[in-house]
Amino acid sequence: MMRALTWHGTHDVRVDTVPDPEIINPRDAILKVTSTAICGSDLHLYDGVIPGVLPGDVLGHEFMGEVVETGKDSTLEKGQRVVVPFTISCGGCFHCKIQQYSACENSNPAEKQDMSATLYGHPMSALFGYSHMTGGYSGGQAEYVRVPFSDVGPVVIPDHLEDDQVLFLSDILPTGWMGAENAEIQSDDTVAVWGCGPVGLFAIQSAIVMGASKVIAIDHFPHRLDLAKQLGAEVINFETTDVREALMEMSGGIGVDAVIDAVGMEAHGFAIDNMLDIVKQTVGMGADRAAALKQAILAVRPGGNVSIPGVYGGMTDKFPLGALMEKGLKVKTGQTHVQRYTKPLLDKIEDGTLDTTFLISHRLPLEDAARGYKCFREEQDSWTKVVLKPGMAQEAAS
Amino acid sequence: MASNRQIGIAGSVAAAGVALGAAAFGVFLSRRHKGGEDDAPKFTRRSNHGDHTLVGRSVTIRKPASELYQHWRDFENLPEFMENVERITKQGGPKDRAVWIIKAPGGSTVELRTEITEEVENERIAWRSIEGSDIETTGEVTFTDAPGDRGTRVTLIIEYKAPGGALGRAIAKAFLREPEVQARHDLKRFKMLMETGEIATSARRKSETREAKQQENA
Repeated sequence: MMRALTWHGTHDVRVDTVPDPEIINPRDAILKVTSTAICGSDLHLYDGVIPGVLPGDVLGHEFMGEVVETGKDSTLEKGQRVVVPFTISCGGCFHCKIQQYSACENSNPAEKQDMSATLYGHPMSALFGYSHMTGGYSGGQAEYVRVPFSDVGPVVIPDHLEDDQVLFLSDILPTGWMGAENAEIQSDDTVAVWGCGPVGLFAIQSAIVMGASKVIAIDHFPHRLDLAKQLGAEVINFETTDVREALMEMSGGIGVDAVIDAVGMEAHGFAIDNMLDIVKQTVGMGADRAAALKQAILAVRPGGNVSIPGVYGGMTDKFPLGALMEKGLKVKTGQTHVQRYTKPLLDKIEDGTLDTTFLISHRLPLEDAARGYKCFREEQDSWTKVVLKPGMAQEAAS
Repeated sequence: MASNRQIGIAGSVAAAGVALGAAAFGVFLSRRHKGGEDDAPKFTRRSNHGDHTLVGRSVTIRKPASELYQHWRDFENLPEFMENVERITKQGGPKDRAVWIIKAPGGSTVELRTEITEEVENERIAWRSIEGSDIETTGEVTFTDAPGDRGTRVTLIIEYKAPGGALGRAIAKAFLREPEVQARHDLKRFKMLMETGEIATSARRKSETREAKQQENA
């Protein structure tokens, strides 16, 4: 038996004792988890706005650990330290072969594909710990986790790198990086990023590495805006400033060349239609709150790029489709093709180009995971990122 | 009298309208069944096939047709990815007769007895039910090269007469063994098996897998 963070309902997660995972398929491996983070998208599960989560489901899709068991076709070896991508990909289907890993056709069990196929026209591929719509796989906020297709996803970490330096290769670093890549940044570009949560901050960092001449970060939490500033961004507080007006002025009246929505479906904000969307989402009418994206589409210059790493799951009302068409915008989005980025980004961490440890505000034992969720949600300004350490003694929390 | 005449006129106009409508509908139906209207496969039409149900589904699998054909041609391999087929026993003979034990609602099983009606190596296998079978059905699977290096397009078409007609279908649906859903899931599992060497499961323990539950119920 092991300890694991399990979902029981909206704002109700608990650390329970559940059966250990076992090797089931030949390409599986079992990890002893050493570090696992709570992701902003876990808060969508916590808030009950993602369908298909069942009581008892083990959450967590950002994790790393030590290989303790391998199936006969796994290429991993016992004792290796690995970071695991949150997207589960088989490596053998059409989409995996063209490196569209998050569109893998074979990772989501056949009988679980119908829900997303009905919603989206095509089934989603599998993700760890993220509802039965994406496979119902047990997540990594646990002492042990079963990793399918362990010959494709996990990246082996050299001994001299600490967990805290590499853990974010599992999701938010590649997600921020792909968010910036999708903005197709040219060297003279001004790029605006909505949301200074982990993905937004990594998108800012990535945009600067990619050579953007100016990055403008938009949020309302002072500490998060400070972090953005430290990374080299100029900042706008949307509560006190007219964002579109400011972006026009800060880009010399042209409009920004690219916009990145790192907020997603639970946007804060006080626009009338956002308030209406909050009401609908709360009563289960399912409209995604997309205030950031709507604002971004109006702010980007004609012919500019719109990149959406923020998560959306359903429909949205009053989408500025006319602006999208009339301004000739290019939109790129999607779940991250993590496996495409893990090795190149590991190299950038090793050579010092990227440091992601600044983000971690709290390290907690796994036993404190429920408190971690609560604080990460309610104290977003100071709790920028929570890392859970299953091996950590409770009194050692920092 | 005048009013009767009016009704008479109105009545004949209405009758003519109905007749015209029927004629138009007839033309419409025959056009659809002739299939001259578009290039879509017949099983995608919104049409009624009487008490026979036609189910069809395609997947593209990144493997050569010969490999997929060989695996399928050995019918005893099918239960590994066909969820509702408990086992298939080969009977041999010139038409390769086989007995399929298929799960039915309420924990019972039905027997399907088949023979091969046509086969073209690496391209097509067709079968039909024979005397002594509980289900009246025909089926075929075709393997066609997909463009470039995309592999092989596999299409499964099954026509069947539902046991107990509409009621049988309703029961089957309630137990999630509706053939259309089944065919879709089975083909996905066939693709998984051929492309990855395994069938995806999110079970955490062996006792929670589909196979384990299947054995439990058997």
